[in-house]
Amino acid sequence: MRWLDSIGFAWRAAMGYRSRSVLMLAAMAIGVAAVVVLTGLGEGARRYITGEFAALGTNLLIVLPGRNETTGGAPPLLGATPRDLTITDAMALYRSRHVERIAPLNVGEATLSHGNLSRDIMVLGTTSAYQSVRELDIARGRFLPEEDIARPSPVAVLGTTVQHELFGDGPALGRWVRLGDRRLRVIGICAQRGQSLGVDMDDIAIVPVAVAQALFDTPSLFRILIQARSREEIPPAQADVLRIIRERHEGEEDVTVITQDSVLVAFDRILGSVTLAVAGIAGISLVVAGVLVMNVMLVAVTQRTAEIGLLRALGASSTQVMALFLGEALLLAGLGVLGGTALGVLGNWLIHLAFPVLQPWPPLWVLLAASGVALLTTVLFAWLPARRAAALDPIAALSGR
Amino acid sequence: MIELAGVHRDFVVGGERVYALNGLDLVIDEGEYISIMGPSGSGKSTLLHILGLLDRPTQGLYRMDGVNMTDLNDEQRARVRGEKIGFVFQFFHLIPRLSAAENIELPLMLAGIAPGERGRRVEAVLAATGLTDRARHLPSQLSAGQRQRTAIARATVTEPTVLLADEPTGNLDRVTGAEVIKLLEGLNIQGITLILVTHDPEIGRRATRRIRLVDGRIAEDDREVGA
Repeated sequence: MRWLDSIGFAWRAAMGYRSRSVLMLAAMAIGVAAVVVLTGLGEGARRYITGEFAALGTNLLIVLPGRNETTGGAPPLLGATPRDLTITDAMALYRSRHVERIAPLNVGEATLSHGNLSRDIMVLGTTSAYQSVRELDIARGRFLPEEDIARPSPVAVLGTTVQHELFGDGPALGRWVRLGDRRLRVIGICAQRGQSLGVDMDDIAIVPVAVAQALFDTPSLFRILIQARSREEIPPAQADVLRIIRERHEGEEDVTVITQDSVLVAFDRILGSVTLAVAGIAGISLVVAGVLVMNVMLVAVTQRTAEIGLLRALGASSTQVMALFLGEALLLAGLGVLGGTALGVLGNWLIHLAFPVLQPWPPLWVLLAASGVALLTTVLFAWLPARRAAALDPIAALSGR
Repeated sequence: MIELAGVHRDFVVGGERVYALNGLDLVIDEGEYISIMGPSGSGKSTLLHILGLLDRPTQGLYRMDGVNMTDLNDEQRARVRGEKIGFVFQFFHLIPRLSAAENIELPLMLAGIAPGERGRRVEAVLAATGLTDRARHLPSQLSAGQRQRTAIARATVTEPTVLLADEPTGNLDRVTGAEVIKLLEGLNIQGITLILVTHDPEIGRRATRRIRLVDGRIAEDDREVGA
């Protein structure tokens, strides 16, 4: 029998028993759509989060005070507090030839006021390098000047929300504001940036690091942001940072250096496995669909017993009968897969419309794998009914017994 | 030529062995017109099924055109059925979702014949059975006589050498039954071997060779010489 004829025959049979065909098609379509939508969501989340980390800057290393490793449990070490990370520590890191820029960072909350308006905001104390490290755009004015860290100018750069809240539509550049007990001059307004890792970058004030330290009355830094000269120089830069800090802290390696790359890779891996797990769970629906296929095909074989007997009498071998029934199941499953993929992609598109930050596009291999699994389940589950059809005694089948 | 020698066929029904055919010898020449009659349970249908390769003898020999049919496997038997044997049933056995022409085309499709060739052959048998203007009708839109003519067209479209008809008029009134018999006899005149199982003595008498089965054996075998 020609394969085109087999498809035609299967198609006519499917059209002849519409309700059961629709049932099978729907089962497969829902299974495939579930896989496509859920993996799309997983992928979207992975892209969103890794994108957030990538947007922090390029070739970034972050130095945190304290260690995240367990050290020996002997009494002298227990409860030892890490030394503060200071500005001089930060500047000493320029000794590494792998380091391009260093931006020490101090963070706190303070009240910013202008005239009779005041607002509690997050304050970042840093240096002029911060702008390039974080790839910050300035809308108006300029960023913190390059200057002696120890003798900071009394200036501030504001986020757009802060500027709008305190100055309304009036000019902000050159005005004096009060931050805590300090008077600072507004020299720049950041371009709108939105949320970055949960911090509203539009609702902050950026001041020289020494100003922030005085404001919060602490010599220690919250973080040191380091930009390596290139991607390849991230590991040597990390080694240098640890070495320099150890030298300065009497041999104690009491900082943690995380690289943007390692964070990216870690998140990528975690979210990748979440996507896989979700795909696996959705894949169960394909197996459920397979069970349905088996039932529907068993009913079909029973309904069409006389037809099977006739086909045998007309010269069909039992293998041919089996192939016809398998082909019919595969045809319906194939249409279900196409429909399900379309449905899933449509679902993802609707999700994208509802949450534009998400890019819920499943990778191509997921589409292929979902189709493959669907067709394979169909073959596995249609095998038994098809074999039953093939094994029917033609005489009994013809007499309708 | 068909040769059956010492053919036995028994079934186990409810723990008891039932002998449907009990040592049957039969030689059928090409182009014969044979009616098989006999009481219920005499083995008529079983004989027809064995001749049509739908069933195998439990014991004995079946040769067709010199080939031992008892040795063939399922695949080979299916091919012989498709090439040399045509079936006509009491209940027509048309596929309800396919038109008359598509039903007739089915054995050609199963045999893997190209669509163009199939179309020509279907046209020819439609014309021969007088169904050309009914080609696109579904079985449910055809009268009983037209359905049986469709089934005969389907049985002959592969140009078989043997036509096996199991009570072909059993579901038809007298007039359409007679028409169907005329059609079958016409095919026989053109050279096909016609083997007909029937209950109706009037129809059975028309055949040139009349076989009467009793208890799985041939009780009478009348040849009408020069009919």
